[in-house]
Amino acid sequence: MSALETRRPGLSTLRAEWTKLRTVPGTPWLVAATIVLTVAVSIAAIAGTRCPVGAPCPADTTKLSLTGVDFGQAVVAVMAVLGISGEYSTGMIRATFAAMPRRAAVLAAKACVTTGPVLAAGVIAVAGSMLAGRLILPGHGFSAARGFPLVSLADPAVLRAAAGSVLYLALIALLSLGIATAVRDSAVAIGLVLGLLYLFPIVATLAANPHWQRHLEQIGPMTAGLEIEATTGLHSLPISPWAGLGVLAAWAAAALLIGGVLLRLRDA
Amino acid sequence: MTATIARHRPGQGREDAGRDGFGRVLRAEWIKFRTVRGWVIAVVIAVVLMDLIGLFAGGSVNTTCDNGGGRVLHGAACIPPQPLGPGGVPVTDSFTFVRQPLTGNGSVTVRMTSLTGRYGGGYGPASQGPAAGSKIGVQPWSKAGIIIKQSTRQGAAYAAMMVTGSHGVRMQYDFTHDIAGLAGPVSARSPRWLRLTRSGDTITGYDSADGRHWTEVGAVALAGLSATAQAGLFVTSPAYMSLSEVFGGTTGQVGPSLATGVFDHVRLSGARPGSTWAGVDVGNQDAFGPQSGQLEGFQRAGDRFTVTGSGDIAPQVPGGGGGGPNSTIEGHLIGAFAGLIVLVVIGAMFMSAEYRRGLIRTTLAATPRRGRVLAAKAIVIASVTFAAGLAAAVIAVAVGVRLAHDQGTYVFPVSWLTWLRVVAGTAALLAVATVLALALGTLLRRSAAAVAAGIVVIVVPFILGIAQVLPIGAAEWVLRVTPAAAFAIEQSVPAYSQVRASYTPPIYFPLAPWAGFGVLCGYAALALGLAFIVLRRRDA
Repeated sequence: MSALETRRPGLSTLRAEWTKLRTVPGTPWLVAATIVLTVAVSIAAIAGTRCPVGAPCPADTTKLSLTGVDFGQAVVAVMAVLGISGEYSTGMIRATFAAMPRRAAVLAAKACVTTGPVLAAGVIAVAGSMLAGRLILPGHGFSAARGFPLVSLADPAVLRAAAGSVLYLALIALLSLGIATAVRDSAVAIGLVLGLLYLFPIVATLAANPHWQRHLEQIGPMTAGLEIEATTGLHSLPISPWAGLGVLAAWAAAALLIGGVLLRLRDA
Repeated sequence: MTATIARHRPGQGREDAGRDGFGRVLRAEWIKFRTVRGWVIAVVIAVVLMDLIGLFAGGSVNTTCDNGGGRVLHGAACIPPQPLGPGGVPVTDSFTFVRQPLTGNGSVTVRMTSLTGRYGGGYGPASQGPAAGSKIGVQPWSKAGIIIKQSTRQGAAYAAMMVTGSHGVRMQYDFTHDIAGLAGPVSARSPRWLRLTRSGDTITGYDSADGRHWTEVGAVALAGLSATAQAGLFVTSPAYMSLSEVFGGTTGQVGPSLATGVFDHVRLSGARPGSTWAGVDVGNQDAFGPQSGQLEGFQRAGDRFTVTGSGDIAPQVPGGGGGGPNSTIEGHLIGAFAGLIVLVVIGAMFMSAEYRRGLIRTTLAATPRRGRVLAAKAIVIASVTFAAGLAAAVIAVAVGVRLAHDQGTYVFPVSWLTWLRVVAGTAALLAVATVLALALGTLLRRSAAAVAAGIVVIVVPFILGIAQVLPIGAAEWVLRVTPAAAFAIEQSVPAYSQVRASYTPPIYFPLAPWAGFGVLCGYAALALGLAFIVLRRRDA
């Protein structure tokens, strides 16, 4: 064991972080909450949507099936924030840095081990949501006969939306981890993360100027990132799906960078 | 903490202790709040965020327009004058009116045998038949009937009996009031007899299917009706709208429409002797005689009148067709959700921070009756957020509306009572939501979980409701059952069933203002109740 640690410090840091995350009683609950909340909200949105006979329904059935991601990301953010701010609130962080003085490595290890459960939860949550869409939507007027193909992963656009939604959740976790590292306090961090995510869609909806509205949707981490879910009307999106996810990735990278720099410069 | 204060001010301390102690707990909690610098700064940030976002979202590009004579106008000068009804609400008042002066008491009676219409495309003069592109069809709220109106001025008080395109016989008065009469459409086989009688300030409307058996539809008092009013026949037809629902909003085609009503058995008693039927287009005030060649006007053949008109007699609503005002005062309160996120953080931390630092044990040792601690915290945090929210809302609305007006945006005028409800209601919404966050903080004890829960139950449903991510049916459902229903308290303009418009969020909410606010209060009360029980049972 000690031989392993001296030879591969990176691996032992990773191992330590994984042990911490795994043994904190909140983690399984938060993973479960991510899945349950995402799927439940998706089902509610799907169940509440009907396409009456004769009416045109310009609906994106894939995006509709993934509505729960809007909520599930909040739990993911909590999980990621607690990964580091929990250590600050208990004072554990001093022990961590005493054991592993390379702080950047600690942050990198935290990023890796937080992303794992988020990806796992994301896969299950997205699969559950899409399954609900596949089962419920045809009975609500969104049938193949009316031009709404069954939500299916065989469709490359749908596959991109599904995989992209899982990646979206992982990037939200990294963004949250970066912000939490920078501000240290869990309540402030979670308020900042959710404020940052939800500010753009609301202000964009109500901006009087359509030009600004488009720009806001292009730079907002949630508005741009969630364009990955779009499978119809791709030409009228404010930003293309992968570019939108790239905007979120840039936000996450910036947050981690700022968090990492502050982590090195500050006292723990 | 309280003990320290009491030593500094011995007299007051003893006095407080003499009371049943709740005042002391309240004071202790207030001191805890105001001495944490971060929380005070956060409240200021919430106010600033609310105002900045409100002004940013409400602001638009400076309007310029042409006054018709080649001179370019800017800003407020571009806002066309809007006629106001007797209640002070902006109205549309435009119809073809075939009238005679009615002096003192009297009555007008007609039989109607037909109501037809055309819409869409261009429509040429009636003699040339429908122009290319126009379609035959009457609008649901096309109106034809009899009216007694104070004068031909737009916005003047009135009462009218009418047949409508698809809503049967109605009695309407003073723009906002609507009473249902006989159901079913009018035709030569099932004519509709209409009668209005004036007695002093009271006007009574009757309808009948055969001219012998009359039913009273309604009796209304028009305040300050002058001795001589105008009485006669009218026809009008609102813009046609083909609304199709898209996600979160409606798009549709809007265009002018035209309706034609056929009247006979016209009886007017109480008219000034010697006066004859004269036509006027209320709206552009053109007078015309019978057989006028205009599209809108009337033809008379003996006792039979054929009247054609376009326009509407109705309150204006944002979201309606016809280019009415679309900006409302609550549009400047959109920053409230950003302030809400900050205040939810404070509300949750006000309790959860005590658990984190272990201060809760000192607090509960000093005040063993734990319910009082929670009550004091709720009162302190609610008062602070209400005051801050009120200040922010007053600034956002007052400054925002003034700026919008100066830039040439017509903001829908509201009564001062509505203004007060919107502004104070927003502050109350923030206060109750913060108390909900406090209760969540007590239940969950963990700051992050409490903050996330607070935001997820209030802010996310609000986004789903208004940000066009859900279809309208689902969005309205979200705005009924979640705490975000409370944003209904900000709706300043009511929806009228007798006016066709797209009544969708964020201007129109599915619940009435106070009912929506009640939903949030219910959640807060439930959470606070659970927090009381849990706080008493749990070890600190």
